[in-house]
Formats: sequence, C-alpha cells, structure tokens
Amino acid sequence: MTVAAGSALASDRAVPKRRRPIRASNVAAQVFMITVTVLWITPVLFALYVALRPIAETNRLGYVSLAHRLTLDNFAAAWTQSDMGRFFLNSVVVTLPAVLLTLFLASTAAFIVSRVNLRFNIALLIFFTAGNLLPQQVIITPLYRLYLQIHLPGLISSSGLLYNSYAGLIVINVSFQLGFCVFVLSNYMKTIPGEIYEAGLVDGASLWTRYWRLTLPLCRPALAALATLLTTWIYNDFFWAITLVSTGDIRPVTSALANLQGQFVSNQNMIAAAALMAGVPTLVIYLLLQRQFIAGLSLGATKG
Amino acid sequence: MTLLDRRDSVVGDVPRRRPRRTRTLSRRDKLVATLLLGVPLALDLAFIWSPALATVALSFTRWSGVNGVQFLTPCKQGGLPGIPTPGCFFGVQNYYQAATVYPDFWPAVRHNAIWLMVFIVFATPLGMLFAVIIDKNIRGSRIYQSVIFLPVMLSLALIGIIWEFVYSENYGLINTVLGRNQNNNLIDWLGNPHLNLWAILVEACWRQAGYVMVLYLAGLKSVDPTLREAAIVDGATEWQSFWRVVFPTMRPINVVVLVVTVIESLRAFDLVYITSKGNPLPGLELLSVSITQNIVGETQRIGFGSSLGVVLLVVSLVPISIFLFQNFRSEEKP
Repeated sequence: MTVAAGSALASDRAVPKRRRPIRASNVAAQVFMITVTVLWITPVLFALYVALRPIAETNRLGYVSLAHRLTLDNFAAAWTQSDMGRFFLNSVVVTLPAVLLTLFLASTAAFIVSRVNLRFNIALLIFFTAGNLLPQQVIITPLYRLYLQIHLPGLISSSGLLYNSYAGLIVINVSFQLGFCVFVLSNYMKTIPGEIYEAGLVDGASLWTRYWRLTLPLCRPALAALATLLTTWIYNDFFWAITLVSTGDIRPVTSALANLQGQFVSNQNMIAAAALMAGVPTLVIYLLLQRQFIAGLSLGATKG
Repeated sequence: MTLLDRRDSVVGDVPRRRPRRTRTLSRRDKLVATLLLGVPLALDLAFIWSPALATVALSFTRWSGVNGVQFLTPCKQGGLPGIPTPGCFFGVQNYYQAATVYPDFWPAVRHNAIWLMVFIVFATPLGMLFAVIIDKNIRGSRIYQSVIFLPVMLSLALIGIIWEFVYSENYGLINTVLGRNQNNNLIDWLGNPHLNLWAILVEACWRQAGYVMVLYLAGLKSVDPTLREAAIVDGATEWQSFWRVVFPTMRPINVVVLVVTVIESLRAFDLVYITSKGNPLPGLELLSVSITQNIVGETQRIGFGSSLGVVLLVVSLVPISIFLFQNFRSEEKP
C-alpha cells in the first residue's frame, strides 16, 4: 500500500530531477570499475603471455618483458608430452553422465517433494539441501573407506572397486550435487500452476506422465541453467578426484593439473599452457553460456 | 453463541474425518513415486549422510584402516609397533590429542578463521560494491560484470597455477614491478609462512568477490525499484536508501551469501593443495588439508582424521541451520 503511494510520488517528483545530478560519482564509479577490471583480468592474461613465450626467453628476461617471439610450442609440447588427451577424455566420461544423472534424479525427487503431498516434504527438502552444504572434508574419511569396501565387476571398474573408478567419481559427484538441484528444482516446480495438473488428472494422466510430459518440459529453463552450472562444477572438481582416484588413467583433467605441475617442473611455461588448456571448456561455457550460469546461481539464491 | 457455532461445525466435519489435500494415488503411481523419490534419497543417504554420521562415530576410535573396526572394544595401552591392530574405541582421545599434541591443529583453526574473516571483511563487501555499481547500469556494466565474473568459472586448481606466475620470485609480475626480483632481495610470496596465507587469500578473494557479486546482482534485481525511489524522494541519500531500505529487503540473499562465505572458507583446499604441490607447507595449514593428510599415504589415522572432520561438521552446522531456518520456516504455513 505505502509502496504504491510512494512510487506514485516518486514518478511525480523524480522526473524533473533526472538531469544526472551525480556526475562526479559517475566518473568515480567508472574510474573504480576500470581499475578493478584491469586488475581482475591481469592474472589470466599474464599466464597466457607466459604460456605463449619460449622458456629460454623468459629465463633470460623474466616474465615481465617484451616478447621477441610468441609461439604455441608450449601448448603443443604440453599436449604431446603428457596424457592431456586421456585426461580430457576422462573428464568427459565423468562429467557428462554425472550431469545427466544429477538432473534426472534431482528432478524426480523435486517432483515428488513439490507436487505430491507427503507428510514429510519439508524434512526431505532439508535432508537434500543440507547434504549439499556440508564441506566435502566432513565426509571424506568414511567415504574413502567405503569406496575401498564396495566391489564392482571388472567390466565397470578396472580396479574392481568403487575407489579409483569412473563410476566412483560419477556417484560422488551426483550424490553431492543432488541436494542443490533438488532445492532449486522443487522451488521452481512449486511455481507451476496447479490447474495444469488438474487438467492432467482429468485426462487420467499417471504420475509418470505428469512428471515426464507435464512438469519436465516446463522446467526447461531451470534445467538448462542447472546443466551449465553442473557441467562447470563437476568439470572443475578437484577434491573428489584427488582423494578418490589414485592413477592417471582415470584422472580428469582438472585434478591432473596437480601431477602435470610436478611433471613439467623444469618448464613453468608449459605448466601455464597446460593449465590454460584445461580451462578451455569452462572458458567456452563462459563465453557462450554465461547467462545460463548466472541464471543458475540466481535460481539457487533467490528461490525461484 | 460462538461456542455453539464451533461445535456445530465440528459435528458437521465428522463425516470426512481426514480432509485430504491429495487425491489418493493408484497402486502403480505409488510404486512410481517410491522409485522417483527413493533412488535419489538412497544415493544421498548412502554417500553423503552415512559418511557424515560415520565421521562422528569413527572420531571416537583409533584405526589405521586395516582389520576392521570394533567400536565397543576399548583400545589397549601400548600395542606392538608395526603390527596393525583392528580399530578400537578411543574415547575422546583424538580430540584431546588434536588440541594438545597435534602441531597443525591450532594453526589450521587459526588459518580457517582468518580465511573466513577475510571473506567477510573484504571479499563480501567488495562483491557487494561491484554489484551495486553494476546494477546502476553505468556505461560498460556488461564488460565489468563479465570480467569480474570470469574467475568464478575457473577451477581453483587453475587459479592457483595462474597466480604462481604473478607471485613467481625471480620472474613474477609483483616482484619485478617492486624491483625485488634479484637473488638477494626476493620476496617469497608463496613460501614464506608469514606471507603465503595472505597471498593465497588474494587469489581466493579474486574469485569470491565475483561470486558474491552475482548473488547480490540477483538480489538487487528482485528489489522493487520504487522502494528506493520512494526513499530518495523522502530525502534519504543514496547511502541511506541502500542500507536502510534496499539491504534489509535483501535478507534472503544476505543469508545465502553468509552461508556461501562460511562454507567456502571451511572447504578451502584446492588452492592450498596446488600451491604446496600436495605437501604440507608451513603457513598454509588448514583443517581440510589435515583431514586429507590423515587418510592418504602410508599411515592412515582414520579416527584422528574423523575427529578433525567433526570439528568442521560442527562449525558448518551453524550457517547450515541458519539457512535452513530462514528458508523453510515460511513454508510451514502456506
């Protein structure tokens, strides 16, 4: 009520005042933001600059010097002298199924929690949401032991265990991210008008139809945003892969950076090149899907 | 009169004793519902909550990871060195040892606390400031936002490596600019135990500020613009209208940011691991690093590592509870 009155007042009186009375503060804001932007981009560009220069030259002149030669040699060398191709493949093998599984399982859980009346809906939501907020280190010790106990057929895991297997990495990433996605999706599904389901019920739609045919298509924007978020997060995962994987042939590229650092210790420029290559997929997402990513974060923060 | 009315209505309600809001599901639908909810529930239970509870249980044992664990058998004094014994009940000894003899514990607690304080005092206000400025839609806002947001997309491992070039002793950006890149006057940003935590916190804030910015941008967009205009018309300055009007209405976002801040500073691990090349480095002790060190390698101290995990768990329960309370309190009554 008061808001409406206030806004009416505002539009009456604010109009003549709109002659940009705060010039000075505008200039200050610009100066500040330009400084920040330059500071913010510097570390990335600096690493790129190092990666593009031969080690012989930077050893002689330091990193802060005019380049005599810019070359992609470091990138090529980092690629051929390590198992980068394998690491990238591992990242795909883990990330892709993990994202799809998380979205599927989170959407089914969110559907039940938000659209079927159970007595313990809120308890369930709390259960899922809180699980995602725990620091990973709280659960890692027993999880590590658990992974050494669970045996898998050799067909799925070359180690014969959940430890040191793609399946193990997928399982923990899915379980850990489920909570956040259930939270976001259930908030989103609650905003779907009930009439849609009334109509579905009249037509005799089964529960599965109401989930798959009615709910999921309406959740497409949320699913797209979450998919972007999950892809980035799971691809960027470092902790699970460092603790639950011990050999290089399973290791996704982000966690493999730790080993590459040791392997290329005599050529820092190659480390820069390898690290930047590992960042390419996220940079692609950043350039193409930044809005989706931000939408995902916002969905989580502002509750649908 | 009213009493009578009420009794009447009660009587009237008797035939439909349980007012059901749901239509009853068919048997098949019930089965489907069980599956749709059961599978994700089981996963979360098996791989998140069971380990979380197991951390608590194991923290009262001494166990090297071999021969199973017997929660009810008290540990014997001594025991032959080198001969692995099954896990045994150790009481609160792990906690006692952590607080008294484990050299990394108090530095780790202090560093985690510093991490949190820097996030609260520096990264969060900075991110909020970015959001407020960008939300004004000044010229170039989109570029500013994109650049500040970039680190949020990068993995922490990558961030750690990128910054090593900025901090490099002989060739690095900072030392060269400062003229401290000669062998007799180097600043060892990442090795010096008095400096390295702060150097790493700069990296962490570089990312965190962008994260906070995005969250507050979402929050600011959801604030009714007429509220602020009304405040300005009533004679409030920009500063006052933000703190007295806009900020309080963003309460839900403030809680989210608080949770993110606390949890991220408890989770802090990747940057330190990459910078120290996986080895403990003086000045960079963190609870998360200590926990990991106690489960990998030759000598596993499962019970001890778990007790450190419980410390993290207890601390993290505070922001988690606040978040859950604010989120689900309003849902109790639709």
